Amino acid sequence: MNTSFLYAVLSLSALGASAAVILYFVAQKFKVIEDPRIDVVADLLPGANCGGCGFAGCRNMAEAIVKKENMDGFLCPPGGNETMKKIASDLGLEAKETEPMIAVLRCNGSLANAPQKVKYDGATTCAYVHMLFAGESGCPYGCIGLGDCVTSCLFDAINIDPVTNLPVISNEKCVACGACVKACPRTIIELRKKGKKDRRIFVSCINKEKGAVAKKNCSVACIGCGKCVKVCKFDAITMENNIAYIDFNKCTLCRKCVEECPTAAIHELNFPPRKPKSETADNNETAAETKSEN
Amino acid sequence: MKTFKIGGVHPEENKLSSHNPIEILPLPKVASIPLSQHLGAPALPLVEKGAKVKVGQLIAKAQGFISANIHASVSGTVAKIDDITDTSGYRRKAIIINVEGDEWDESIDRSNELKKDITLDAKQIIEKINSMGVVGLGGATFPTYVKMMIPEGKKADVLIINGVECEPYLTSDHRLMLEKGEEMIVGVTILMKALNVNKAIIGIESNKMDAIQHLADIVKKYKGVEIEPLKVRYPQGGEKQLIKALINREVPSGKLPIDVGCVVQNVGTAFAVYEAVQKNKPLFERVVTITGKNLKKTANFMVRMGTPVNDLIEAVGGLPENTGKIINGGPMMGKALNSTETPIVKGSSGIVIMPEINACRIETLNCIRCAKCVSVCPMGLEPFFIAALSELLKFPEIENESVMDCIECGSCAYICPSGRPLLDNIRLAKNKVGQIIRNRK
Amino acid sequence: MALLTVSGSPHIHGDDNVKKIMYGVVIALIPAMLVSFYYFGISALILTAVSVISCIFFEWAAHKLFFKGKTTISDGSAIITGILLAFNVPSGLPVWMLVIGALVAICVAKMSYGGLGKNPFNPALVGRVFLLISFPVDMTTWPKPSLPFLTTNFTVDGLTGATPLGIIKEGLKQGHTLDTIQNQLPHYAEMLFGQMGGSLGEVSAIAIIIGGFYMLFRKIITWHIPVSFIGTTLAFALILWLIDPTQYVNPLFHLVTGGLMLGAVFMATDMVTSPMNPKGQLLFGFGCGVLTILIRVWGAYPEGVSFAILLMNAVTPLINKGFKPKKFGEVIKNG
Repeated sequence: MNTSFLYAVLSLSALGASAAVILYFVAQKFKVIEDPRIDVVADLLPGANCGGCGFAGCRNMAEAIVKKENMDGFLCPPGGNETMKKIASDLGLEAKETEPMIAVLRCNGSLANAPQKVKYDGATTCAYVHMLFAGESGCPYGCIGLGDCVTSCLFDAINIDPVTNLPVISNEKCVACGACVKACPRTIIELRKKGKKDRRIFVSCINKEKGAVAKKNCSVACIGCGKCVKVCKFDAITMENNIAYIDFNKCTLCRKCVEECPTAAIHELNFPPRKPKSETADNNETAAETKSEN
Repeated sequence: MKTFKIGGVHPEENKLSSHNPIEILPLPKVASIPLSQHLGAPALPLVEKGAKVKVGQLIAKAQGFISANIHASVSGTVAKIDDITDTSGYRRKAIIINVEGDEWDESIDRSNELKKDITLDAKQIIEKINSMGVVGLGGATFPTYVKMMIPEGKKADVLIINGVECEPYLTSDHRLMLEKGEEMIVGVTILMKALNVNKAIIGIESNKMDAIQHLADIVKKYKGVEIEPLKVRYPQGGEKQLIKALINREVPSGKLPIDVGCVVQNVGTAFAVYEAVQKNKPLFERVVTITGKNLKKTANFMVRMGTPVNDLIEAVGGLPENTGKIINGGPMMGKALNSTETPIVKGSSGIVIMPEINACRIETLNCIRCAKCVSVCPMGLEPFFIAALSELLKFPEIENESVMDCIECGSCAYICPSGRPLLDNIRLAKNKVGQIIRNRK
Repeated sequence: MALLTVSGSPHIHGDDNVKKIMYGVVIALIPAMLVSFYYFGISALILTAVSVISCIFFEWAAHKLFFKGKTTISDGSAIITGILLAFNVPSGLPVWMLVIGALVAICVAKMSYGGLGKNPFNPALVGRVFLLISFPVDMTTWPKPSLPFLTTNFTVDGLTGATPLGIIKEGLKQGHTLDTIQNQLPHYAEMLFGQMGGSLGEVSAIAIIIGGFYMLFRKIITWHIPVSFIGTTLAFALILWLIDPTQYVNPLFHLVTGGLMLGAVFMATDMVTSPMNPKGQLLFGFGCGVLTILIRVWGAYPEGVSFAILLMNAVTPLINKGFKPKKFGEVIKNG
């Protein structure tokens, strides 16, 4: 028999065996003792690592839950209640029910409502435009439309509508991780309650300027007239710095304020259509304007 | 001829208005005087709606250490104190005055007579500069008196006067040196006395030979003041570059000129100091160049603060049909205006009107790694790298690239053959890194 | 009046752009191209045309298939790749092979990374090396330059011969001394002007140098890479020659033969794949030079310029990381 063949087999086997022994001892020596439950929890989490829970990634959250042995204050937005319940049952804990949230764009300054006054040419990031100037429409609070939110979204839930130049948030895809809220330099996007049957009412404007000034740049700006505050029976609307805000915890979705708003700044989403009323909006508008100027 | 060592570009000079003598612009009907015309905290208004003010009257007081007084530039009635859109389109508080006549405060010496003798001592001079609201007129509008107060343990041995005007198009400093040369030199001697230095160097680029000769004749009479012609090279007007060019000292990263024994002031500031100290005249007007290739004529105007840019444009025959961009300041570092209603402020050195074909940038392509941006960066940074990281939002990594040293001169974006928005991204990175640094403190 | 434009400073732009740079290189390549037409006749013309057209076509096709937006074929970079690829093949190469080379150069080496500016390796060289490895016989069959222009018999076997480098390598392998081999070689002056076997573009050192000076004048390249590349090659060859002149050839021989000139002036200086810092560029050139001689003298191939440049391209990101420009005010801070 060819001896070189034998030598080769023997030396390789010896090499392999010694490597196995070394590896075994090294593995023993540097063993990391980890709670096995962390793996269980991490497997239940969606694994998107979106950061919506406030941790750097899914595994970090799993570690934190296991360490704390308590589910309070933990929420995986993409997983939602179901995931949290599953984790809770696996760990023998209890998970609080939270209402599903969704990202909402609080600006309606589309190309038609807030026409361009100047043209912007340069780096296509909202953050920079926000630093540089008020924006093409002149509204210093309005959406810039260059899509920092789109790039920040890991779930492909936001697109820029080419007609309005505003981002559109998908009802189905959005998991309310809050990445876009952080990415928007003007904090236009807010996380709000998803609402029954996805019905939501919100003020689609965050312009704190006086009514007349805001109106100059955008026809659907909140002018701070306060009509909605008066009409709301549930104390859900507050007026601060010339801007109305609807508290989604108090709002009962009665839609009174939507009808009252002279500039159509209050939006209703996913409601069945209602009978068109005879419009006195024009009169209201001018009345509101003169009022706010004082 | 001297110049700085690293980087730099030479854009087309286009000093169209260098032969237009300084004219006095007629008073505006309404002057909107912003409360924040300087670097630092906005001033606190001292007048109320309906108050009568005279030219030169203090109408807003400095708030805090880095801030500046603001004086009425016109006489008349205060219409309101309200928000106006500033150069960036954001809204800032301003005092709006309806102009009535032109009545000056009595304490101002309105004669044209040259006053050479300096009666005040160093401390009084600095106090005077402070109370007259003088700020750096080169563009950064840093309150001058803060620069003049030398921190303990440091010493200035030379005063550097910036007459470089390295920005293309602008000629306001050039005309000032030609027409108010001697006053400016007296201003320099005042600054020397205040700083207790006996040497001052005025750096002027060699495309202004007439100003160099004119001032060289004058300084023969003044001890310690020198004129130094410099090779034309942008951004020579940057403090650090100018110090390097003139006396070959390098300001360390993150430090100020005073750390190498220098104080740098602009020629416009020197003239303002002369008027403040010798004539008791607050800073309420300045020379503004209005220029552009398609304008009917170009001009250098003496303009009161708060005059709308529109008035300047009307004075040179209106906006040309094909205007694409209006720049407040020079084309390399100035800001593009949103509207012509914006008022002239202490920092406005010029208005440049660009035709439409030059208003837009060239098409953006991939970086071809030609390294031109690296070779022109006067601070020795790697603009392409910082900008690429900034596009990826990797701001913590950018901090290690000395991004805070960037002087935003724009040489990188000027030279980039791919037309990449390098400075846009670097500026964003600077902003974000600045936030990171501030949060750490 | 149209809307005013708002953008961040600077508001003016230098008159440099990618197109100007790329067409500048094309102009610089013209002298060498004319020499190749002169020596190799119609075949050179056909090969160059085919190479350029197929490069442009593949770039356009890759854009249409994989990228959105405007195609970049007008920027001229595909033309450069096409010309350089043609320069790197023998004049007798079948046309279809060259088309495959162009496909590899453009689609594999350039567009798969994201197009101009993102490729780590010089596309033309990748194409060339691909051809060299795939079709070694065709890529090393060198029709000799034949002066009468418009010769049509470029496939005649009698005209083929090895390159000077190949002659030496082969001769040394067979145990001949250098003196006897050198009798088979053309004179230096002949080689300088292109009278030798070789690839289309590499035959005339003079034509390449003219192109190089044009690019220097236009500030498309800097002197660092060519000088350090050629300098290192010369120095290394000189050392070897001094050690044993019977085994190693005269350094001048290395200079005028093979693709050294073409590589040093046109390939190694490619902006995209070379270091950005002058010091890094010097190191890059040094590395190229050392590798070239190593491969030429001890390697399996008679010619090593393309491999040397490709290897150095691979370490370019490292060199860029290692050599940062000197920052303003940095020395004092550290001192």
